[in-house]
Amino acid sequence: MNNQKLPALLAPQTNWSERVTVALVRVAGYLSIVFVSLICLFLLREGLPALVNVPLLSLFGTTWYPIEARFGLLPLLLGSLTVTIGAACIAVPLGIGTAVYISEIAPQWAKETLKPLVEILAGLPSVVLGFIGILVLAPALRRALSLNTGMTAFTGALLLAWASIPTIVSVAEDALNAVPRSYREASAALGATRWQTIWMVTVPAARSGVLTGIMLGIGRVIGETMAVMMVTGNAPVMAFGPSALFSPVRTMTATIAAEMGEVAKGSTHYQVLFLIGIVLFVFSLVINLTVFYVGARHAARKQRLLS
Amino acid sequence: MTATIVIERLSVTYSDRVVALKDVSLQVAENAITSIFGPSGGGKSTLLRMLNRLNDMADVAEVSGTILLNGQNILDRKVNVMELRRRVGMVFSRPTPLPLSIYANVSYGLVVAGERRRSRTDVAVEKALKQVALWDEVSDRLDSPANKLSGGQQQRLSMARVLALQPEVILLDEPTSALDPVATNKIEMLLHDLSKTLTIVIAPHNTQQTARVADYAGFFLTGELVEFGLKPQIFTLPRDRRTRDYIEGRFG
Repeated sequence: MNNQKLPALLAPQTNWSERVTVALVRVAGYLSIVFVSLICLFLLREGLPALVNVPLLSLFGTTWYPIEARFGLLPLLLGSLTVTIGAACIAVPLGIGTAVYISEIAPQWAKETLKPLVEILAGLPSVVLGFIGILVLAPALRRALSLNTGMTAFTGALLLAWASIPTIVSVAEDALNAVPRSYREASAALGATRWQTIWMVTVPAARSGVLTGIMLGIGRVIGETMAVMMVTGNAPVMAFGPSALFSPVRTMTATIAAEMGEVAKGSTHYQVLFLIGIVLFVFSLVINLTVFYVGARHAARKQRLLS
Repeated sequence: MTATIVIERLSVTYSDRVVALKDVSLQVAENAITSIFGPSGGGKSTLLRMLNRLNDMADVAEVSGTILLNGQNILDRKVNVMELRRRVGMVFSRPTPLPLSIYANVSYGLVVAGERRRSRTDVAVEKALKQVALWDEVSDRLDSPANKLSGGQQQRLSMARVLALQPEVILLDEPTSALDPVATNKIEMLLHDLSKTLTIVIAPHNTQQTARVADYAGFFLTGELVEFGLKPQIFTLPRDRRTRDYIEGRFG
């Protein structure tokens, strides 16, 4: 009767498989935190001495020539910025346009084909992109714009735009798709055309999701190394004026990749390369935090709408 | 600003072969409230959405028949659908404020119609909000987001948004199904006032509302218009047995 069930309820828990699983998951969770902290510490330990060994002012110099101990970071920063901003200028309008097309205009069959295709594009290894850049894009640009070389900041921007468009499209399309159907119907019922509905209601309603997509896309561009190293000409020089976009540059990521194999461990050059790593780290941290806050606002608004 | 609607032999089939309306003929009286009622799935929403061509957005396979608005067939391909929707406004069952400010919600219809002069929209917004008795509640926060209003306020905002366009006809699809009795009463009083100058077609979510607000009533069952007439006649002397059974609560 009832008495027979009671002892079972009061018996101590001895479910070992349960305990082992929980322990394993917990260890995995803590490990990833430990690894990230260790990487962070390592980066700081190797990179920060550069601030002592190299005069701060010369870090802001305009010449990157490590053999003569001239560690001016500005050409590299400028290279990264030129390529990133250039890529963003190309990728953002194209990416949002594609997302709007897929979500709002394309017929059902096109939607079901395009979305997976775009997402496959996101998985393209950057070396392959670099190949296309060297063999097709760079010569074509050199001929079309009659440049001395096709290996320019613009080539890199174009290629990286291509690399980041799938990210932007995928995230922005999800956000547009999540806009309630009732918004579109209400807008149409008030006499709005399809375009008016898209630009005045649907895209603004999906704004935070679209912004997240853009930031993630830009994040990919800043961190990209291989493709950009292959096509930007690798010249750590500073060019000014309108021609700057069409001259060879070198980005921070490409500098680390190109030079890390040849420096003596612990040398000043080695420390400065790590310092560049720290700068990149800060860049992507800022981008991730922006995404996080934009996303948090998004979530807060969703909760309001649901309540 | 009066309008007559004549529906002749209207049939609508969706692409999943669901026949939503079967050979429906109906004359909607001007400056009166016409209520179409009946169990869900009877074709009420489809009928309303045909009247402003919002059903163009749905998966419709086949439409036959005509809908004449002041003598013009609105199912004609050459009809300017945007202009039609400005003349035939619609209020939905759940409040649907656009993710914009209160002001921008009310002026939206005018702005998409090309009105750029702020002085004009100012006047229209104030007039529309006063018509739905919302002006006193929101006039000090026209720029705050519309989705911060209460459900009843949002639904009156949806009405104001439609009224700002000075339509000839207003369609309401279960306009009070998400509202409490007090807010429902406000909307019904408003409809009563508006029906003096506007043609109103409403699909209430319950039979009692039809009894309260309608001048004319039509009973819909599985896509067919079973019976149509003046409300008192429908409710006291229904000719069809199915109408009587539904009104008396034997099914539905």
